[in-house]
Amino acid sequence: MAAKSKRQQMVDMAVLAPLDWVDERTGAVRGTKWFLFRNVPRDVSWMQTLGSAALTAFIVQALTGGILAMYYEPSAAINPQTGKPVAYSTIETITDELTLGWLVRGMHRWGASVFIILLFLHMGRVFLFGAYKYPRELTWITGVLILATGMLMGFTGYLLPWDQTAYWASAVGINLNGTAPFAGPWLAQFLAGGPEIGTETLPKFYAMHMLLIPGLLIPLIGIHIYLVTRLGVTSPPWSSEAAGRERPPTQPTGARAGLVRGSGGD
Amino acid sequence: MRDRRAIESTAGRELSDTSHDTPHGSGPSLWPIAFAIGVACLLLGLVISWILVVVGAVVAVVFGVLWARGVTRDVRAEVPHVEPETRAVADEPSAATVAPAAELAPAYTRSRFLEASTIGLGAAIGAVVTLPVLGFTVLPSFTNVEESEADLGPLENFPKGTYVIASFLANPAAGEVSRRTTFVRNNGMTDAGEPSFTILYSRCVHLGCPVQPNGPIDEEAIKKVKGVELRPVLAQSFGCPCHGGLYDSEGNRRAGPPVRSMDRYTYSIKNGNLVLGELYAVGNVSGTGASAQIARYPWSVPGTHVDGVEAWLYPIVPSQVTN
Repeated sequence: MAAKSKRQQMVDMAVLAPLDWVDERTGAVRGTKWFLFRNVPRDVSWMQTLGSAALTAFIVQALTGGILAMYYEPSAAINPQTGKPVAYSTIETITDELTLGWLVRGMHRWGASVFIILLFLHMGRVFLFGAYKYPRELTWITGVLILATGMLMGFTGYLLPWDQTAYWASAVGINLNGTAPFAGPWLAQFLAGGPEIGTETLPKFYAMHMLLIPGLLIPLIGIHIYLVTRLGVTSPPWSSEAAGRERPPTQPTGARAGLVRGSGGD
Repeated sequence: MRDRRAIESTAGRELSDTSHDTPHGSGPSLWPIAFAIGVACLLLGLVISWILVVVGAVVAVVFGVLWARGVTRDVRAEVPHVEPETRAVADEPSAATVAPAAELAPAYTRSRFLEASTIGLGAAIGAVVTLPVLGFTVLPSFTNVEESEADLGPLENFPKGTYVIASFLANPAAGEVSRRTTFVRNNGMTDAGEPSFTILYSRCVHLGCPVQPNGPIDEEAIKKVKGVELRPVLAQSFGCPCHGGLYDSEGNRRAGPPVRSMDRYTYSIKNGNLVLGELYAVGNVSGTGASAQIARYPWSVPGTHVDGVEAWLYPIVPSQVTN
Protein backbone atom coordinates (compact mmCIF):
# COMPACT_ATOMS: atom_id res chain seq x y z
CA MET A 1 0.00 0.00 0.00
CA ALA A 2 1.13 3.45 -0.79
CA ALA A 3 1.28 6.06 1.91
CA LYS A 4 -2.15 6.88 3.16
CA SER A 5 -3.74 10.10 2.10
CA LYS A 6 -4.25 12.71 4.73
CA ARG A 7 -7.96 12.18 4.57
CA GLN A 8 -7.53 8.46 5.12
CA GLN A 9 -5.35 9.14 8.11
CA MET A 10 -7.98 11.40 9.59
CA VAL A 11 -10.63 8.75 9.11
CA ASP A 12 -8.37 6.25 10.83
CA MET A 13 -7.82 8.60 13.72
CA ALA A 14 -11.41 9.68 14.15
CA VAL A 15 -13.33 6.51 13.40
CA LEU A 16 -11.32 3.36 13.02
CA ALA A 17 -8.99 3.84 15.96
CA PRO A 18 -11.79 4.31 18.50
CA LEU A 19 -13.65 1.38 16.99
CA ASP A 20 -10.55 -0.75 17.25
CA TRP A 21 -10.10 0.39 20.82
CA VAL A 22 -13.65 -0.68 21.67
CA ASP A 23 -13.44 -3.89 19.69
CA GLU A 24 -10.21 -4.94 21.36
CA ARG A 25 -11.87 -4.66 24.74
CA THR A 26 -15.39 -5.88 24.00
CA GLY A 27 -15.49 -7.63 20.64
CA ALA A 28 -18.41 -5.36 19.84
CA VAL A 29 -17.35 -4.55 16.28
CA ARG A 30 -16.67 -8.16 15.39
CA GLY A 31 -19.98 -9.05 17.04
CA THR A 32 -21.85 -6.47 15.03
CA LYS A 33 -20.23 -7.69 11.81
CA TRP A 34 -21.08 -11.27 12.77
CA PHE A 35 -24.66 -10.18 13.32
CA LEU A 36 -25.13 -7.96 10.28
CA PHE A 37 -22.85 -9.23 7.51
CA ARG A 38 -24.13 -12.74 7.16
CA ASN A 39 -24.26 -14.94 4.13
CA VAL A 40 -27.75 -15.76 3.05
CA PRO A 41 -28.97 -18.05 0.29
CA ARG A 42 -29.16 -16.38 -3.09
CA ASP A 43 -32.85 -17.16 -3.45
CA VAL A 44 -34.20 -15.47 -0.32
CA SER A 45 -37.26 -13.35 -0.93
CA TRP A 46 -39.33 -10.66 0.70
CA MET A 47 -41.05 -13.43 2.64
CA GLN A 48 -37.95 -13.69 4.79
CA THR A 49 -38.27 -10.09 5.96
CA LEU A 50 -41.38 -10.73 8.06
CA GLY A 51 -39.30 -11.54 11.14
CA SER A 52 -37.41 -8.25 10.89
CA ALA A 53 -40.72 -6.51 10.35
CA ALA A 54 -42.10 -8.04 13.54
CA LEU A 55 -38.95 -6.97 15.36
CA THR A 56 -39.40 -3.44 14.05
CA ALA A 57 -43.01 -3.44 15.22
CA PHE A 58 -41.84 -4.58 18.64
CA ILE A 59 -39.27 -1.79 18.83
CA VAL A 60 -41.97 0.72 17.91
CA GLN A 61 -44.15 -0.73 20.70
CA ALA A 62 -41.31 -0.52 23.22
CA LEU A 63 -40.49 3.09 22.36
CA THR A 64 -44.05 4.40 22.17
CA GLY A 65 -44.97 2.44 25.29
CA GLY A 66 -42.08 3.92 27.22
CA ILE A 67 -43.16 7.41 26.21
CA LEU A 68 -46.84 6.78 26.97
CA ALA A 69 -45.82 5.61 30.43
CA MET A 70 -44.57 9.15 31.12
CA TYR A 71 -48.14 10.43 30.96
CA TYR A 72 -50.33 7.46 31.83
CA GLU A 73 -51.29 6.70 35.42
CA PRO A 74 -52.72 3.28 36.28
CA SER A 75 -55.11 4.37 38.98
CA ALA A 76 -58.77 3.41 39.35
CA ALA A 77 -59.35 6.28 41.78
CA ILE A 78 -61.71 9.01 40.66
CA ASN A 79 -60.08 12.20 39.43
CA PRO A 80 -61.95 14.94 41.35
CA GLN A 81 -61.63 17.39 38.44
CA THR A 82 -63.07 15.18 35.73
CA GLY A 83 -65.18 12.86 37.86
CA LYS A 84 -63.71 9.98 35.88
CA PRO A 85 -61.14 7.38 36.87
CA VAL A 86 -57.59 8.73 36.82
CA ALA A 87 -56.41 6.11 34.31
CA TYR A 88 -59.14 7.01 31.83
CA SER A 89 -58.55 10.73 32.36
CA THR A 90 -54.85 10.38 31.58
CA ILE A 91 -55.74 8.50 28.40
CA GLU A 92 -58.07 11.35 27.46
CA THR A 93 -55.32 13.87 28.19
CA ILE A 94 -52.83 11.95 26.07
CA THR A 95 -55.28 11.67 23.18
CA ASP A 96 -56.92 15.09 23.23
CA GLU A 97 -54.58 17.56 24.87
CA LEU A 98 -50.93 16.59 24.67
CA THR A 99 -49.18 17.58 21.45
CA LEU A 100 -48.92 14.56 19.15
CA GLY A 101 -50.18 12.37 21.99
CA TRP A 102 -52.91 11.04 19.73
CA LEU A 103 -50.24 9.90 17.28
CA VAL A 104 -48.05 8.12 19.79
CA ARG A 105 -51.02 6.44 21.45
CA GLY A 106 -52.38 5.50 18.05
CA MET A 107 -49.04 4.02 17.06
CA HIS A 108 -49.01 1.97 20.24
CA ARG A 109 -52.63 0.92 19.95
CA TRP A 110 -52.54 -0.07 16.29
CA GLY A 111 -48.93 -1.20 16.43
CA ALA A 112 -50.00 -3.84 18.93
CA SER A 113 -52.24 -5.41 16.31
CA VAL A 114 -49.55 -5.01 13.66
CA PHE A 115 -47.07 -6.79 15.89
CA ILE A 116 -49.36 -9.77 16.45
CA ILE A 117 -50.35 -9.95 12.78
CA LEU A 118 -46.69 -9.89 11.72
CA LEU A 119 -45.89 -12.61 14.25
CA PHE A 120 -48.54 -14.82 12.69
CA LEU A 121 -47.43 -14.06 9.12
CA HIS A 122 -43.83 -14.76 10.09
CA MET A 123 -44.89 -17.99 11.77
CA GLY A 124 -46.86 -19.03 8.70
CA ARG A 125 -43.88 -18.31 6.47
CA VAL A 126 -41.56 -20.37 8.66
CA PHE A 127 -44.06 -23.21 8.71
CA LEU A 128 -44.68 -23.23 4.96
CA PHE A 129 -40.96 -23.01 4.19
CA GLY A 130 -40.27 -25.86 6.60
CA ALA A 131 -37.77 -23.58 8.30
CA TYR A 132 -38.64 -25.01 11.71
CA LYS A 133 -36.84 -28.27 10.88
CA TYR A 134 -33.38 -29.35 12.01
CA PRO A 135 -31.35 -27.51 13.18
CA ARG A 136 -33.83 -24.71 13.83
CA GLU A 137 -36.25 -26.43 16.22
CA LEU A 138 -35.30 -24.23 19.15
CA THR A 139 -35.71 -21.12 17.03
CA TRP A 140 -39.28 -22.24 16.40
CA ILE A 141 -39.89 -22.99 20.08
CA THR A 142 -38.56 -19.61 21.23
CA GLY A 143 -40.71 -18.06 18.49
CA VAL A 144 -43.80 -19.75 19.90
CA LEU A 145 -42.91 -18.43 23.35
CA ILE A 146 -42.54 -14.96 21.85
CA LEU A 147 -46.02 -15.30 20.35
CA ALA A 148 -47.43 -16.36 23.71
CA THR A 149 -45.76 -13.52 25.61
CA GLY A 150 -46.74 -11.11 22.85
CA MET A 151 -50.37 -12.11 23.32
CA LEU A 152 -49.96 -11.68 27.07
CA MET A 153 -48.81 -8.14 26.30
CA GLY A 154 -51.98 -7.61 24.33
CA PHE A 155 -54.12 -9.07 27.09
CA THR A 156 -52.60 -6.94 29.87
CA GLY A 157 -52.47 -3.82 27.72
CA TYR A 158 -56.14 -4.01 26.81
CA LEU A 159 -57.31 -3.19 30.34
CA LEU A 160 -55.22 -0.04 30.69
CA PRO A 161 -57.59 2.51 29.06
CA TRP A 162 -60.00 1.51 31.85
CA ASP A 163 -63.13 2.14 29.82
CA GLN A 164 -66.13 -0.15 29.43
CA THR A 165 -64.58 -2.12 26.57
CA ALA A 166 -61.38 -2.59 28.52
CA TYR A 167 -63.20 -3.60 31.68
CA TRP A 168 -65.57 -6.17 30.18
CA ALA A 169 -63.10 -7.59 27.70
CA SER A 170 -60.65 -8.11 30.54
CA ALA A 171 -63.39 -9.63 32.69
CA VAL A 172 -64.10 -12.12 29.92
CA GLY A 173 -60.39 -12.74 29.37
CA ILE A 174 -59.74 -13.33 33.04
CA ASN A 175 -62.68 -15.70 33.29
CA LEU A 176 -61.52 -17.51 30.18
CA ASN A 177 -58.29 -18.19 32.01
CA GLY A 178 -60.45 -19.29 34.92
CA THR A 179 -61.94 -22.15 32.93
CA ALA A 180 -58.60 -23.94 32.62
CA PRO A 181 -58.76 -27.24 34.51
CA PHE A 182 -57.51 -27.40 38.10
CA ALA A 183 -55.43 -24.21 38.24
CA GLY A 184 -57.83 -22.03 36.23
CA PRO A 185 -59.90 -20.55 39.07
CA TRP A 186 -56.70 -19.79 40.95
CA LEU A 187 -55.15 -18.14 37.92
CA ALA A 188 -58.25 -16.00 37.40
CA GLN A 189 -58.31 -14.86 41.01
CA PHE A 190 -54.60 -14.11 40.84
CA LEU A 191 -55.03 -12.04 37.68
CA ALA A 192 -57.96 -10.03 39.02
CA GLY A 193 -56.40 -9.68 42.45
CA GLY A 194 -59.60 -11.04 43.98
CA PRO A 195 -62.88 -12.68 42.94
CA GLU A 196 -63.69 -9.72 40.65
CA ILE A 197 -61.76 -7.00 38.89
CA GLY A 198 -61.04 -4.30 41.44
CA THR A 199 -58.84 -1.32 42.11
CA GLU A 200 -55.75 -3.51 42.33
CA THR A 201 -56.28 -5.17 38.98
CA LEU A 202 -55.32 -2.09 36.98
CA PRO A 203 -51.88 -1.40 38.50
CA LYS A 204 -51.25 -5.13 38.49
CA PHE A 205 -51.89 -5.40 34.77
CA TYR A 206 -49.86 -2.25 34.22
CA ALA A 207 -46.88 -3.70 36.07
CA MET A 208 -47.14 -6.92 34.08
CA HIS A 209 -47.53 -4.99 30.83
CA MET A 210 -44.66 -2.60 31.55
CA LEU A 211 -42.16 -4.66 33.50
CA LEU A 212 -42.70 -8.36 33.98
CA ILE A 213 -43.75 -9.51 30.53
CA PRO A 214 -41.26 -7.30 28.63
CA GLY A 215 -38.62 -8.70 30.97
CA LEU A 216 -39.58 -12.08 29.59
CA LEU A 217 -40.20 -11.04 26.01
CA ILE A 218 -37.00 -9.09 25.37
CA PRO A 219 -34.63 -11.92 26.38
CA LEU A 220 -36.72 -14.32 24.31
CA ILE A 221 -36.37 -12.06 21.28
CA GLY A 222 -32.62 -11.85 21.98
CA ILE A 223 -32.29 -15.65 22.06
CA HIS A 224 -34.44 -15.96 18.94
CA ILE A 225 -32.29 -13.49 16.99
CA TYR A 226 -29.11 -15.08 18.24
CA LEU A 227 -30.30 -18.45 16.97
CA VAL A 228 -31.30 -16.97 13.63
CA THR A 229 -27.86 -15.38 13.29
CA ARG A 230 -26.07 -18.52 14.36
CA LEU A 231 -28.00 -20.94 12.19
CA GLY A 232 -28.57 -18.71 9.17
CA VAL A 233 -31.53 -18.33 6.87
CA THR A 234 -33.07 -21.27 5.05
CA SER A 235 -33.53 -21.47 1.33
CA PRO A 236 -37.13 -21.48 0.17
CA PRO A 237 -38.57 -24.91 -0.51
CA TRP A 238 -38.44 -24.30 -4.26
CA SER A 239 -34.73 -23.59 -4.14
CA SER A 240 -32.88 -25.59 -6.77
CA GLU A 241 -29.61 -25.03 -4.96
CA ALA A 242 -30.94 -26.45 -1.73
CA ALA A 243 -32.18 -29.42 -3.75
CA GLY A 244 -28.56 -30.15 -4.65
CA ARG A 245 -28.73 -29.15 -8.31
CA GLU A 246 -25.47 -28.04 -9.87
CA ARG A 247 -24.99 -24.36 -10.19
CA PRO A 248 -24.37 -23.19 -13.76
CA PRO A 249 -20.64 -22.79 -14.39
CA THR A 250 -20.96 -19.13 -15.29
CA GLN A 251 -21.27 -18.17 -11.65
CA PRO A 252 -18.91 -15.45 -10.58
CA THR A 253 -17.01 -16.45 -7.47
CA GLY A 254 -18.75 -13.88 -5.32
CA ALA A 255 -22.01 -15.69 -5.74
CA ARG A 256 -20.82 -18.51 -3.51
CA ALA A 257 -21.06 -16.16 -0.59
CA GLY A 258 -24.42 -14.98 -1.78
CA LEU A 259 -23.12 -11.53 -2.45
CA VAL A 260 -23.91 -11.29 -6.14
CA ARG A 261 -27.48 -11.42 -7.32
CA GLY A 262 -29.08 -12.13 -10.64
CA SER A 263 -26.21 -13.94 -12.29
CA GLY A 264 -27.42 -17.27 -13.56
CA GLY A 265 -29.30 -19.85 -11.63
CA ASP A 266 -33.02 -19.91 -12.02
CA MET B 1 -5.11 -25.30 57.34
CA ARG B 2 -5.99 -28.32 59.42
CA ASP B 3 -8.02 -29.48 56.50
CA ARG B 4 -5.15 -29.32 54.09
CA ARG B 5 -2.84 -31.10 56.45
CA ALA B 6 -5.38 -33.84 56.75
CA ILE B 7 -5.31 -34.39 53.03
CA GLU B 8 -1.57 -34.07 52.75
CA SER B 9 -0.93 -36.53 55.50
CA THR B 10 -3.33 -38.98 53.94
CA ALA B 11 -1.83 -38.49 50.55
CA GLY B 12 1.69 -38.87 51.88
CA ARG B 13 0.80 -42.11 53.54
CA GLU B 14 -0.68 -43.45 50.40
CA LEU B 15 2.43 -42.55 48.47
CA SER B 16 4.60 -44.46 50.88
CA ASP B 17 2.16 -47.31 51.24
CA THR B 18 2.04 -48.54 47.68
CA SER B 19 1.32 -52.12 48.67
CA HIS B 20 -2.10 -50.96 49.75
CA ASP B 21 -4.91 -51.28 47.25
CA THR B 22 -6.87 -48.38 48.74
CA PRO B 23 -8.67 -46.71 45.83
CA HIS B 24 -8.47 -43.18 47.17
CA GLY B 25 -7.72 -41.08 50.18
CA SER B 26 -10.27 -39.39 52.37
CA GLY B 27 -11.54 -36.09 51.04
CA PRO B 28 -11.96 -32.83 52.88
CA SER B 29 -14.31 -33.03 55.79
CA LEU B 30 -16.40 -30.71 57.89
CA TRP B 31 -15.31 -32.30 61.18
CA PRO B 32 -12.35 -29.91 61.69
CA ILE B 33 -14.74 -26.97 61.45
CA ALA B 34 -17.09 -28.52 63.99
CA PHE B 35 -14.08 -29.32 66.19
CA ALA B 36 -12.97 -25.68 65.97
CA ILE B 37 -16.46 -24.52 66.89
CA GLY B 38 -16.35 -26.82 69.89
CA VAL B 39 -13.03 -25.37 71.01
CA ALA B 40 -14.29 -21.83 70.47
CA CYS B 41 -17.40 -22.69 72.44
CA LEU B 42 -15.26 -24.07 75.25
CA LEU B 43 -13.11 -20.95 75.38
CA LEU B 44 -16.16 -18.72 75.30
CA GLY B 45 -17.64 -20.80 78.10
CA LEU B 46 -14.62 -20.02 80.31
CA VAL B 47 -15.80 -16.42 80.26
CA ILE B 48 -19.57 -16.86 80.20
CA SER B 49 -20.75 -20.07 81.79
CA TRP B 50 -19.51 -23.48 82.84
CA ILE B 51 -22.33 -25.14 80.96
CA LEU B 52 -20.96 -23.78 77.74
CA VAL B 53 -17.55 -25.19 78.63
CA VAL B 54 -19.06 -28.63 78.99
CA VAL B 55 -21.00 -28.31 75.74
CA GLY B 56 -17.93 -27.03 73.96
CA ALA B 57 -15.79 -29.80 75.35
CA VAL B 58 -18.29 -32.45 74.32
CA VAL B 59 -18.55 -30.98 70.82
CA ALA B 60 -14.79 -30.70 70.50
CA VAL B 61 -14.21 -34.27 71.71
CA VAL B 62 -16.94 -35.79 69.55
CA PHE B 63 -15.89 -34.04 66.38
CA GLY B 64 -12.20 -34.39 67.21
CA VAL B 65 -12.71 -38.14 67.37
CA LEU B 66 -14.72 -38.11 64.15
CA TRP B 67 -12.01 -36.07 62.50
CA ALA B 68 -9.32 -38.45 63.69
CA ARG B 69 -11.35 -41.41 62.49
CA GLY B 70 -11.78 -39.80 59.11
CA VAL B 71 -8.10 -39.05 58.74
CA THR B 72 -6.99 -42.49 59.81
CA ARG B 73 -9.70 -44.39 57.99
CA ASP B 74 -7.41 -45.57 55.24
CA VAL B 75 -4.95 -47.00 57.69
CA ARG B 76 -7.57 -48.75 59.80
CA ALA B 77 -10.04 -49.75 57.21
CA GLU B 78 -10.21 -53.17 55.67
CA VAL B 79 -9.22 -53.28 52.07
CA PRO B 80 -12.55 -53.04 50.25
CA HIS B 81 -13.42 -56.14 48.33
CA VAL B 82 -12.92 -55.05 44.76
CA GLU B 83 -11.74 -56.96 41.76
CA PRO B 84 -9.60 -54.48 39.89
CA GLU B 85 -9.19 -56.83 36.90
CA THR B 86 -12.85 -56.49 35.99
CA ARG B 87 -12.79 -52.73 35.76
CA ALA B 88 -12.57 -52.27 32.07
CA VAL B 89 -13.28 -48.58 31.88
CA ALA B 90 -10.56 -47.03 29.81
CA ASP B 91 -10.14 -43.78 31.67
CA GLU B 92 -10.27 -45.44 35.05
CA PRO B 93 -7.34 -47.84 35.12
CA SER B 94 -7.34 -50.72 37.57
CA ALA B 95 -5.74 -50.16 40.92
CA ALA B 96 -2.92 -52.57 40.20
CA THR B 97 -1.58 -50.49 37.32
CA VAL B 98 -2.63 -47.10 38.54
CA ALA B 99 -0.09 -44.33 38.56
CA PRO B 100 0.57 -42.73 41.94
CA ALA B 101 -0.70 -39.38 40.66
CA ALA B 102 -4.12 -40.81 39.88
CA GLU B 103 -4.18 -42.44 43.27
CA LEU B 104 -3.54 -39.08 44.88
CA ALA B 105 -6.74 -37.50 43.58
CA PRO B 106 -9.32 -37.48 46.34
CA ALA B 107 -12.85 -38.50 45.37
CA TYR B 108 -14.29 -35.30 46.68
CA THR B 109 -11.84 -32.56 45.93
CA ARG B 110 -11.61 -29.19 47.59
CA SER B 111 -12.67 -27.46 44.40
CA ARG B 112 -15.75 -29.65 44.08
CA PHE B 113 -16.60 -28.97 47.69
CA LEU B 114 -16.23 -25.23 47.14
CA GLU B 115 -18.24 -25.43 43.94
CA ALA B 116 -21.05 -27.32 45.59
CA SER B 117 -21.10 -25.07 48.63
CA THR B 118 -21.06 -21.93 46.48
CA ILE B 119 -23.96 -23.17 44.40
CA GLY B 120 -25.77 -24.42 47.48
CA LEU B 121 -25.29 -21.16 49.33
CA GLY B 122 -26.36 -19.20 46.26
CA ALA B 123 -29.47 -21.32 45.96
CA ALA B 124 -30.25 -20.82 49.64
CA ILE B 125 -29.84 -17.05 49.36
CA GLY B 126 -31.91 -17.08 46.20
CA ALA B 127 -34.67 -19.01 47.92
CA VAL B 128 -34.65 -16.67 50.91
CA VAL B 129 -35.12 -13.73 48.57
CA THR B 130 -37.48 -15.36 46.08
CA LEU B 131 -39.97 -17.15 48.30
CA PRO B 132 -41.29 -14.06 50.13
CA VAL B 133 -41.47 -12.19 46.84
CA LEU B 134 -43.40 -15.02 45.21
CA GLY B 135 -45.65 -15.20 48.24
CA PHE B 136 -46.35 -11.49 48.03
CA THR B 137 -47.00 -11.83 44.31
CA VAL B 138 -49.61 -14.50 44.72
CA LEU B 139 -51.10 -14.50 48.20
CA PRO B 140 -52.78 -11.06 48.51
CA SER B 141 -55.17 -12.06 45.72
CA PHE B 142 -56.44 -14.83 47.97
CA THR B 143 -56.18 -13.35 51.45
CA ASN B 144 -57.45 -9.77 51.06
CA VAL B 145 -60.87 -10.56 49.65
CA GLU B 146 -63.09 -9.24 52.44
CA GLU B 147 -66.15 -7.37 51.28
CA SER B 148 -68.58 -5.69 53.59
CA GLU B 149 -72.18 -6.91 53.79
CA ALA B 150 -74.46 -4.98 51.51
CA ASP B 151 -77.63 -3.59 53.04
CA LEU B 152 -80.27 -3.30 50.33
CA GLY B 153 -82.72 -1.41 52.53
CA PRO B 154 -86.23 -2.08 53.86
CA LEU B 155 -88.18 -5.13 52.67
CA GLU B 156 -91.08 -2.92 51.56
CA ASN B 157 -89.00 -1.78 48.60
CA PHE B 158 -89.23 -5.27 47.13
CA PRO B 159 -92.75 -5.91 45.83
CA LYS B 160 -93.80 -9.52 45.87
CA GLY B 161 -93.31 -11.55 42.71
CA THR B 162 -91.37 -9.04 40.59
CA TYR B 163 -87.69 -8.61 40.12
CA VAL B 164 -85.90 -5.48 41.30
CA ILE B 165 -82.50 -4.60 39.89
CA ALA B 166 -80.48 -3.64 42.96
CA SER B 167 -77.03 -2.21 42.43
CA PHE B 168 -74.68 -1.23 45.20
CA LEU B 169 -71.01 -0.68 45.94
CA ALA B 170 -69.49 -3.79 47.51
CA ASN B 171 -66.59 -1.72 48.74
CA PRO B 172 -67.48 1.98 48.89
CA ALA B 173 -63.83 2.93 49.45
CA ALA B 174 -62.89 1.31 46.13
CA GLY B 175 -65.59 3.23 44.27
CA GLU B 176 -67.50 2.37 41.12
CA VAL B 177 -65.25 -0.53 40.22
CA SER B 178 -66.79 -2.46 43.10
CA ARG B 179 -70.36 -1.90 41.87
CA ARG B 180 -72.38 -5.11 41.93
CA THR B 181 -75.76 -5.67 40.41
CA THR B 182 -78.27 -8.21 41.69
CA PHE B 183 -81.77 -9.19 40.64
CA VAL B 184 -83.89 -9.46 43.78
CA ARG B 185 -87.32 -11.04 43.86
CA ASN B 186 -89.51 -11.17 46.93
CA ASN B 187 -91.03 -14.65 46.99
CA GLY B 188 -93.36 -13.95 49.87
CA MET B 189 -93.36 -16.38 52.76
CA THR B 190 -92.09 -19.92 52.79
CA ASP B 191 -94.23 -22.73 54.21
CA ALA B 192 -92.33 -22.28 57.45
CA GLY B 193 -93.41 -18.65 57.57
CA GLU B 194 -89.99 -17.17 56.76
CA PRO B 195 -89.60 -14.37 54.22
CA SER B 196 -88.11 -15.76 51.02
CA PHE B 197 -86.01 -13.94 48.41
CA THR B 198 -84.41 -14.97 45.17
CA ILE B 199 -81.23 -12.92 44.74
CA LEU B 200 -79.44 -13.56 41.46
CA TYR B 201 -76.01 -12.09 40.74
CA SER B 202 -75.86 -10.25 37.42
CA ARG B 203 -72.55 -11.69 36.25
CA CYS B 204 -73.05 -14.28 33.55
CA VAL B 205 -71.72 -17.69 34.55
CA HIS B 206 -70.35 -18.13 31.07
CA LEU B 207 -67.54 -15.58 31.24
CA GLY B 208 -68.71 -12.83 33.57
CA CYS B 209 -70.47 -10.32 31.33
CA PRO B 210 -73.35 -8.28 32.75
CA VAL B 211 -76.60 -10.21 32.35
CA GLN B 212 -79.64 -8.04 31.56
CA PRO B 213 -83.28 -8.68 32.52
CA ASN B 214 -85.41 -9.27 29.45
CA GLY B 215 -88.16 -6.79 30.18
CA PRO B 216 -88.98 -3.13 30.66
CA ILE B 217 -87.78 -1.23 33.69
CA ASP B 218 -90.49 0.56 35.64
CA GLU B 219 -88.88 4.02 35.39
CA GLU B 220 -91.38 5.61 37.76
CA ALA B 221 -90.64 3.22 40.57
CA ILE B 222 -86.85 3.70 40.58
CA LYS B 223 -85.59 4.40 44.08
CA LYS B 224 -82.28 5.22 45.66
CA VAL B 225 -81.92 4.07 49.23
CA LYS B 226 -78.63 4.91 50.94
CA GLY B 227 -76.50 4.42 47.86
CA VAL B 228 -78.44 1.38 46.65
CA GLU B 229 -80.24 1.88 43.37
CA LEU B 230 -83.48 -0.11 43.04
CA ARG B 231 -85.13 -0.46 39.62
CA PRO B 232 -88.20 -2.72 39.41
CA VAL B 233 -88.28 -4.63 36.15
CA LEU B 234 -90.90 -6.76 34.46
CA ALA B 235 -88.80 -9.74 33.44
CA GLN B 236 -89.23 -13.48 33.45
CA SER B 237 -85.86 -14.23 31.88
CA PHE B 238 -82.34 -12.86 31.69
CA GLY B 239 -80.02 -12.58 28.73
CA CYS B 240 -76.34 -11.89 28.36
CA PRO B 241 -75.26 -9.45 25.61
CA CYS B 242 -71.79 -10.90 25.13
CA HIS B 243 -72.33 -14.44 23.92
CA GLY B 244 -76.06 -14.97 24.04
CA GLY B 245 -76.51 -16.85 27.29
CA LEU B 246 -80.18 -17.04 28.31
CA TYR B 247 -81.58 -17.79 31.77
CA ASP B 248 -85.11 -18.33 33.03
CA SER B 249 -86.72 -16.58 35.98
CA GLU B 250 -84.99 -18.90 38.46
CA GLY B 251 -81.60 -18.33 36.85
CA ASN B 252 -81.48 -21.73 35.15
CA ARG B 253 -79.69 -21.81 31.84
CA ARG B 254 -82.11 -22.02 28.94
CA ALA B 255 -79.80 -21.33 26.00
CA GLY B 256 -76.28 -20.38 25.09
CA PRO B 257 -72.90 -21.20 26.55
CA PRO B 258 -73.32 -20.83 30.37
CA VAL B 259 -72.26 -23.93 32.26
CA ARG B 260 -74.44 -23.62 35.37
CA SER B 261 -77.31 -21.60 36.76
CA MET B 262 -76.87 -17.97 37.77
CA ASP B 263 -74.97 -17.32 40.98
CA ARG B 264 -77.00 -16.33 44.02
CA TYR B 265 -76.48 -14.44 47.25
CA THR B 266 -77.40 -15.69 50.66
CA TYR B 267 -79.37 -13.12 52.63
CA SER B 268 -80.56 -12.27 56.05
CA ILE B 269 -83.08 -9.83 57.42
CA LYS B 270 -81.69 -7.38 59.91
CA ASN B 271 -83.89 -4.68 61.45
CA GLY B 272 -86.36 -5.08 58.61
CA ASN B 273 -83.66 -4.62 55.99
CA LEU B 274 -82.55 -7.10 53.37
CA VAL B 275 -78.85 -7.76 53.88
CA LEU B 276 -76.77 -9.74 51.40
CA GLY B 277 -74.52 -12.50 52.63
CA GLU B 278 -72.05 -14.48 50.59
CA LEU B 279 -72.15 -15.35 46.93
CA TYR B 280 -72.55 -18.98 45.97
CA ALA B 281 -72.70 -21.00 42.79
CA VAL B 282 -75.80 -22.89 41.74
CA GLY B 283 -75.84 -26.14 39.82
CA ASN B 284 -79.54 -26.25 39.06
CA VAL B 285 -82.79 -24.94 40.49
CA SER B 286 -85.93 -27.06 40.49
CA GLY B 287 -89.23 -25.53 41.48
CA THR B 288 -89.78 -21.83 41.72
CA GLY B 289 -89.73 -19.02 44.23
CA ALA B 290 -90.04 -19.88 47.88
CA SER B 291 -90.28 -23.63 47.25
CA ALA B 292 -87.30 -23.83 44.89
CA GLN B 293 -84.73 -26.56 45.47
CA ILE B 294 -81.33 -25.00 44.90
CA ALA B 295 -78.23 -27.13 44.29
CA ARG B 296 -75.75 -24.94 46.13
CA TYR B 297 -71.97 -25.06 45.68
CA PRO B 298 -69.05 -22.88 46.79
CA TRP B 299 -68.64 -19.90 44.50
CA SER B 300 -66.26 -20.29 41.60
CA VAL B 301 -65.29 -18.12 38.67
CA PRO B 302 -67.72 -17.99 35.75
CA GLY B 303 -67.21 -20.72 33.21
CA THR B 304 -66.34 -23.41 35.72
CA HIS B 305 -68.69 -26.33 36.20
CA VAL B 306 -69.90 -27.01 39.71
CA ASP B 307 -71.74 -30.27 39.07
CA GLY B 308 -71.49 -33.24 36.77
CA VAL B 309 -68.38 -34.89 35.45
CA GLU B 310 -66.88 -31.59 34.33
CA ALA B 311 -66.75 -30.41 37.94
CA TRP B 312 -63.97 -32.95 38.48
CA LEU B 313 -61.79 -30.50 36.55
CA TYR B 314 -62.14 -27.99 39.39
CA PRO B 315 -61.66 -30.04 42.56
CA ILE B 316 -60.58 -27.13 44.76
CA VAL B 317 -61.60 -23.57 43.99
CA PRO B 318 -60.27 -20.51 45.83
CA SER B 319 -63.52 -19.71 47.63
CA GLN B 320 -63.39 -23.08 49.37
CA VAL B 321 -60.06 -22.10 50.85
CA THR B 322 -60.31 -18.38 51.44
CA ASN B 323 -63.84 -18.01 52.74
